[in-house]
Amino acid sequence: MTDATPLSTATATGHKMSARGVNVFYGDKQAIRDVSIDVDMDHVTAFIGPSGCGKSTFLRTLNRMNDTIASARVTGDIMLDGEDIYSSAMDVVQLRARVGMVFQKPNPFPKSIYENVAYGPRIHGLAASKVALDGIVEGSLRRAGLWDEVKDRLSDSGTALSGGQQQRLCIARAIAVDPEVILMDEPCSALDPIATAKIEELIHELRGRYAIVIVTHNMQQAARVSQKTAFFHLGQLVEYGDTDNIFTAPKQERTKDYITGRYG
Amino acid sequence: MSKRAAPAPVPERTPTDWKGAAMQKRIRRRYAAERRFKLFGMLAVILSAAFLAFLIATMVANGARGFTRSEVALDLDFPKMGLAVDRTHLSTPGADLALSGAGLQDKVEIAAESGGDHSLAANSAWITVRDAIKADPSILGGKRTIWVPASTALEMGARGEGTAAAQADASRLRSAGKLRTGFNWGFFTASNSNDPVAVGIWGALKGSLLTMLVTFLIAFPVGVLAAIYLEEYAPKNRWTDLIEVSINNLAAVPSIIFGLLGLAVFLGTWQIGGHSFGPLLPRSAAVVGGLTLALMIMPVIVIASRNAIKGVPPSIRDAALGIGASRIQVVFHHVLPLAMPGILTGTIIGMARALGETAPLLLIGMRAFIVTAPQGFTDPATVLPVQIFLWSDEVSRGFVEKTSAAIIVLLVFLLAMNGLAIYLRNKFETRW
Repeated sequence: MTDATPLSTATATGHKMSARGVNVFYGDKQAIRDVSIDVDMDHVTAFIGPSGCGKSTFLRTLNRMNDTIASARVTGDIMLDGEDIYSSAMDVVQLRARVGMVFQKPNPFPKSIYENVAYGPRIHGLAASKVALDGIVEGSLRRAGLWDEVKDRLSDSGTALSGGQQQRLCIARAIAVDPEVILMDEPCSALDPIATAKIEELIHELRGRYAIVIVTHNMQQAARVSQKTAFFHLGQLVEYGDTDNIFTAPKQERTKDYITGRYG
Repeated sequence: MSKRAAPAPVPERTPTDWKGAAMQKRIRRRYAAERRFKLFGMLAVILSAAFLAFLIATMVANGARGFTRSEVALDLDFPKMGLAVDRTHLSTPGADLALSGAGLQDKVEIAAESGGDHSLAANSAWITVRDAIKADPSILGGKRTIWVPASTALEMGARGEGTAAAQADASRLRSAGKLRTGFNWGFFTASNSNDPVAVGIWGALKGSLLTMLVTFLIAFPVGVLAAIYLEEYAPKNRWTDLIEVSINNLAAVPSIIFGLLGLAVFLGTWQIGGHSFGPLLPRSAAVVGGLTLALMIMPVIVIASRNAIKGVPPSIRDAALGIGASRIQVVFHHVLPLAMPGILTGTIIGMARALGETAPLLLIGMRAFIVTAPQGFTDPATVLPVQIFLWSDEVSRGFVEKTSAAIIVLLVFLLAMNGLAIYLRNKFETRW
């Protein structure tokens, strides 16, 4: 990791997160090769690419979820507001609160809807009182577009909701700890088209308030929700740019082949 | 791309005759095999149910009598007995001594003589009389009829068993209203005794409870914490593999070996650097039994807890980590509550095994003859299964039914614990 340089170029250039020369290894196998990328506050950034290209692996390095895999090893620099997130000064628990995550399969806790949302603020001490906590829960559920559907049954189990509602509950749960970045790992792959549309709508509304990174294997979805798109292939970042340009005028041959459906 | 050979032509197959005789035979054979398998399964179930029914029927038939007790009314003419006892002593703590010194036991025995070669009252009958005198010394001034436990011979006679003389005595006394049979509350309040009429299981029951308490307090927290560490924290390498194999082997070690271990560790004398010290704990005590049984069931709890923890879906861990829960928060807020039904089931099954265990406790001296119920963890105690073992060894005919009665009590406890395990598993089971 880098030495202590208080203000890196990332802050100077205003990027929320930036990665420089990141490699990820699982044991001897290299999953990510030399990826450098910037994530901005006012953009939704989409990672696309064929299965096994490393887009999810790279996403999980951004909040150090790969730490839980014993054989995983990360080299290179990843900055959050100019701070190296892999430095010993970074507290990984706080990092994961600041960089929230929504997973592929909706995974609410087998607790009440209220408890699902209130858990994060409670463990981070974000609410001084019960009233404040109620406010955070309501605000998060409203922002996730779920409040009207669940306001009368907050004590019901979170697992009793439909798949799409569960995923919005998971988004509310991530929002509740007041993150700066939200990572979404194929959040719609287990959902039907109507639930997917609701999540995409939600991503539009959340844009600007949080830096959002979404991994998707659905290119139409990337085109619909994102402003920036990164195309990964075989662990490498092949092309990164404005979504419009990537989909209409890709510079790289491999990007073009993928987008036109020649492989993937 | 590798070079491909030209595809070989697929030979044409003759069409399958699905309706042919050979096919019909095959179908019949398949059905026969299924019927046979079902029949064997049913036979196995019926056989085990029959064994269980036989066991329960035998125990209930033998043991039911252990829960009843006959009492005989003794007419006692105290002035005639000539008890040389100072009445002022009778309200003092020296009363027991004064009464036994006055030969009360012999005199009650004389009063209980039947004329035959058996006594009417149990050997312990004088204690009932003594307690009656202590409760009301004024009865010494006249005649009194006191109900005392019947002797084993009379008890058998009352049931139409035993010698002809005893049966004759029993029917004579019953028609005179001097013999009654009722529920034997003493079986649940008394402890061990030489006299089968006077024995009870309270001492052994209390010993079992104290021992189980020690076992639970040691084995549950240590076992669960070990399982959490091994599953959630320990790196997966050769050392943890070795530990896992060792724990699995430990769970299969015969229980008597744990008794030897407990004997050596807790009751042995240690020689360190020329100094000898120990034993660390008193013999025959519930605390030693509890510690020994805790060693025995800890592997069972560790294995059950690890399996329960493994069964918690990784997505729940991801969810909690993803909003910034620390590892210990993930474990104690999410993993452990979800694993609890499995952990509790394993623990209760382990505890039930410990409750029924005899062999290791024999080695640490919990087979002593103990007349008073233990007052604490370090008092000499025995436990239910050991008590059953001891009674089954007794010569006196009266112990047979007491043994069966004690077995019934033990089985009721085991069933209750298994029932609790099932209830807890259903209660805490969460779907996700």
